[in-house]
Amino acid sequence: MSEYEYQHEVEELERASATAARLFDVRRIIGGLFTLYGLVVTIAGLTASDADIKKAQGINLNLWTGVGMLALGLLFFLWLILRPTPPPPPAQD
Amino acid sequence: MPAHSLAQGLRLPVNGLDYAILAVYFAVVLGIGFAARRSVRTSLDFFLSGRSLPAWVTGLAFVAANLGATEILGMAANGAQYGAYTVHWYWIGAIPAMVFLGLVMMPFYYGSKVRSVPEFLLHRFGPASHLLSSVIFAVSSVLIAGVNLYAMAIVLQALLGWPQWVAIVVAGFFVLAYITLGGLSSAIYNEVLQFFVILAALIPLTVVGLKRVGGWGGLSDSLTATHGEDFLSAWGGTGIGHANPLGANWLTIVLGLGFVMSFGYWTTNFAEVQRALSARNLSAARRTPLIAAFPKMFIPLVVVVPGLIATVMEPALGKPGSSLSYNDAIPVLMRDLLPNGVLGVAVTGLLAAFMAGMAANVSAFNTVFTNDIWAAYAKRDREDAYYLRTGRVVTAVGVVAGMGTAFIASSFSNIMNYLQTLFSFFNVPLFCVFIIGMFWKRATAAAGFWGLLTGTVAAMINYFWFYKQGVIAIPSDQGANFVSSIVAFAVGAVVMGAVSLFTTPKPAGSLAGLVYGTVSPGMAEPPAEGDDAWYRSPALLGWGAVILAAACYIPFSL
Repeated sequence: MSEYEYQHEVEELERASATAARLFDVRRIIGGLFTLYGLVVTIAGLTASDADIKKAQGINLNLWTGVGMLALGLLFFLWLILRPTPPPPPAQD
Repeated sequence: MPAHSLAQGLRLPVNGLDYAILAVYFAVVLGIGFAARRSVRTSLDFFLSGRSLPAWVTGLAFVAANLGATEILGMAANGAQYGAYTVHWYWIGAIPAMVFLGLVMMPFYYGSKVRSVPEFLLHRFGPASHLLSSVIFAVSSVLIAGVNLYAMAIVLQALLGWPQWVAIVVAGFFVLAYITLGGLSSAIYNEVLQFFVILAALIPLTVVGLKRVGGWGGLSDSLTATHGEDFLSAWGGTGIGHANPLGANWLTIVLGLGFVMSFGYWTTNFAEVQRALSARNLSAARRTPLIAAFPKMFIPLVVVVPGLIATVMEPALGKPGSSLSYNDAIPVLMRDLLPNGVLGVAVTGLLAAFMAGMAANVSAFNTVFTNDIWAAYAKRDREDAYYLRTGRVVTAVGVVAGMGTAFIASSFSNIMNYLQTLFSFFNVPLFCVFIIGMFWKRATAAAGFWGLLTGTVAAMINYFWFYKQGVIAIPSDQGANFVSSIVAFAVGAVVMGAVSLFTTPKPAGSLAGLVYGTVSPGMAEPPAEGDDAWYRSPALLGWGAVILAAACYIPFSL
């Protein structure tokens, strides 16, 4: 067995690999989840009870956290629009 | 981190909104698994995401794989117990090692195209050290996955009132499902997601906590009044011969924690290195730990600071006779400060962190077992689809074994702590063998094996005999860990040197790409487009991280 056979094996597997071409972009998942969480928690903040605000030391914590999460989610979508998923690299020979 | 017990009376006032947030997360986790499934065609896709992920994804996964819930609760506990000393685990005990991995070691790991850390040993030193380290790694990662699962069961029982077996079965099932389906890609994607969710919980928690104790000024005044000046100083009281709660002096902190322990963990623990090996090219692989270093540096702000806040808010925390232990620091703050909604995010983040911690170990385990044990010694030269199937079966076996470990741990938790300590002694000699093997061509195959074995045994003798039996006086377990690591490294290095002198080295031609100053055939790949941008320079990122970490010490050293 040649000393570098394992490297050729890995190179062959890399050529046959489907991840680069078929794996979805994680930015879409982060954007989606944080937009949803952001909306839900913001609404909880808009309807916060006095007890909720008192518990969080006078801060409307749900509102601020919700807005922050919403902003993060939208930023990921913005990034996705500005720098779309690069096309898969052409198959090497 | 030892499995810990949480106090009763910590029950969180969760409602339907919180459970809805949690349910959405579980659905997304499964969805990622199903969606990633179609990208798995070869075993390389399953074990290393086809070596094709971008650096920011692998970098965040690198830091998240370490940011498991046992780490979060444990470091907050250390903050509550030892104060500002805890920052050593981050700024000296992580950043330099992460930078070293990226700048110095990654070209050997990624460039030589090995698929795991043990496989590097196979090519550099041969089968003896390879098999030894593969078997120990496989056993310890299943064990750690189980301990993590058990820790989660205890936390969920206390916080949500779930019976322990429900937590073990539910979390085990989800981890099994998403890794079996999507392999490392779904593990990594879930880690990236978990990273953001846990921050979305910890940042508001810290802000509200600080407001409660009167800001940073109020916090430091209260702590100085109750715990003395040194509690908020990183180096105060660490002179040699000086007693301090950590039981370690500056020399054992710098050498033991900062050098051998942290380099052992960050540079040879495959559950971490695997994230970098899945990057899409050498530049991205080198940047993986460097990108991770920046968030890692600031995590104490939202983990250690809540620990400090908890000691002020609940002075009884960790005191004898109190029902609250130091590990309860963050759950206590969640209970007292978070309204429903953010509370749901916090519970989700904690659960996600437990699952990600377990998944990191499982995904590293299936790779090492399939490639380094099964394919190397049991069933060689089958077609790739066979190893892909094996990987999926081994994942299921690993999770089920982890669940079994968790059930055993619930009745024998002391044995589990012992075993964990035992396995923790393996990383340091492994690092010793790696570093000498990478920089000294003369180091022989026999030296690799004996260095590994004697270093591990030396650490155990130092810890279990010299320290536990009181032959040498070290004030605390932490301090003894630091000293044992230094001993392991020194013994391993001396044995390697001695054995090398009496055995024949491997021919220089077979070491190309494995030893410093050599390049393996076909290793030099052209840089990808855009990788020459200044902000992607590994040297700049690495040295920037080191300088910033040193600067972080300034406010805690004056």
